[in-house]
Amino acid sequence: MIELRNVTKSYSGRRAVDDISFSVQHGEILGFLGPNAAGKTTTMRMITCYMPPTSGTIVVDGMDTNENSLEVRKKIGYLPEMAPIYADMNVLDYLHYAGELRRLEPAHKRQRIREMVAVCGLEDVLGQDIGELSKGYRQRVGLAQAMLHDPDILILDEPTAGLDPNQIAEIRVLIKRLGQEKTLILSTHILPEVQATCSRIIIINRGKLVADGKPDELSAGFHGQEIVQAHLKAPRDALLAKARQMTGVEGVREIPTDDGTIGIRLESAAGMDVREGLWKLAVAQNWPIWEMHRERISLEEVFRVLTQESEQPTS
Amino acid sequence: MHNIYTIFKKEARSYFNSPAAYIVVTFFLIFTGYFFGTNLFLMNQANLRTAFGIIPLVFVFFVPAITMRLIAEEKKVGTIELLVTYPLKDSEIIVGKFLAALALLAAALIFTWVYAISVSFLGNLDGGQVVGGYFGLLLMGAAYLAIGIFASALTENQIVAFIVALVIIFVFFLLDKILFFIPTPLVSIFEYLSIDYHFENISRGVIDTRDLLYYFSLIFFSLLLASHSLGRRKGD
Repeated sequence: MIELRNVTKSYSGRRAVDDISFSVQHGEILGFLGPNAAGKTTTMRMITCYMPPTSGTIVVDGMDTNENSLEVRKKIGYLPEMAPIYADMNVLDYLHYAGELRRLEPAHKRQRIREMVAVCGLEDVLGQDIGELSKGYRQRVGLAQAMLHDPDILILDEPTAGLDPNQIAEIRVLIKRLGQEKTLILSTHILPEVQATCSRIIIINRGKLVADGKPDELSAGFHGQEIVQAHLKAPRDALLAKARQMTGVEGVREIPTDDGTIGIRLESAAGMDVREGLWKLAVAQNWPIWEMHRERISLEEVFRVLTQESEQPTS
Repeated sequence: MHNIYTIFKKEARSYFNSPAAYIVVTFFLIFTGYFFGTNLFLMNQANLRTAFGIIPLVFVFFVPAITMRLIAEEKKVGTIELLVTYPLKDSEIIVGKFLAALALLAAALIFTWVYAISVSFLGNLDGGQVVGGYFGLLLMGAAYLAIGIFASALTENQIVAFIVALVIIFVFFLLDKILFFIPTPLVSIFEYLSIDYHFENISRGVIDTRDLLYYFSLIFFSLLLASHSLGRRKGD
């Protein structure tokens, strides 16, 4: 559906996007993550034909954004960051204007506007000037105009910025529903949002692509090893010695506890689950297990490590 | 055509909805009215020569004031980002905005018909000259507007857009006022490039294709440059 090949964008010598390639399939919800100024907005602007890449090609639905810009733009609904919309127009006039620029038939246009007003909850503000609206409402007007022509592809730059928690929940439900039949790319730096809505994540940092995968793949496969932590009631030295002998265990460390038990941290190769072995050991030795869990690396951690790691060599 | 009309409608409405446009038009009418009224009785002639003589100069300030916001404001607020990602050509945006500004200019000119009507009561007014004069003013105003839109497309600062437009227009306006200082071989070139020179022909009631060609090519090239500079987004 969307394919970027070696896309680079430089602003007066500085590379905002540096040789990025990825593709998005139909029906995917792609979360675009990165710290501020990582190149998220620039990448989205290139896909939406706001500006051309310095080098590389972007193909949307088989059409090159440089050669077939008008056709590409017809297929895309775009919500720019901060939803910049004319402050001196009222909501209804603006949606009519957007519908006319999208060349919808008058009857169809009115029907789509009614639908979008209902979906985005704009009934109460139809006659108000957009400049007077709160940030959340303005964001919703932006969403309404992006979805007005029922595009196959939706590109949303920080769609939940400025919304309250209830509205964020509503937008997430909406995004999930849209994702069943459409292709979505949304950028954000709110990580739970990505985990809640996206089927795939791309992390970019300083213009470079640093990770690409499903949310749980990213957090699971990240360290390349499994970690199990357990608290047992057992003699310390015996426990540590027995644990080191367990099959699959590559490293054992003691961790502090506050309930008089002995805490251990077992490291093993990826895909190697040592929890059963630990249980058998505890039963054989008659050591009660107080607590045991597999450590999951959170997306936050993945994000932090990836975006900080790649900062070090350059600085 | 449909897209141009959509842009035109939206821009025309925001002109007539905003107090700024009314203020600018009011100033335009006060200035032209003052100069027209003070000289009319001194000259003691039933024609609009004094009005047509002063309006080109007033246009030099009036036109940049109505074009300065057209694109610069959209760049500043960021609405341009949505507009250019809609499926319409940059040239359609420019032409739609140009026509809306032309409508405002025409509306301002319509109010000056009061002068023509009042003069026609005082003596025998030459209808051909009046029609020619208005036609010339409209053409000249359109050329100024095209330059003003180009200036507005260059920047996101409305003040800069105003000043750049004013300077370019003023240069075109002055070209035939400084002929005295120009070496003789160049005089005809400077004269041909001057906006005012062509206007004087038309305002005498003489409609010459050379003058029309001059105005239309000035409008065309200015709009072309404007649409080119709109297409050249920052970073290239």
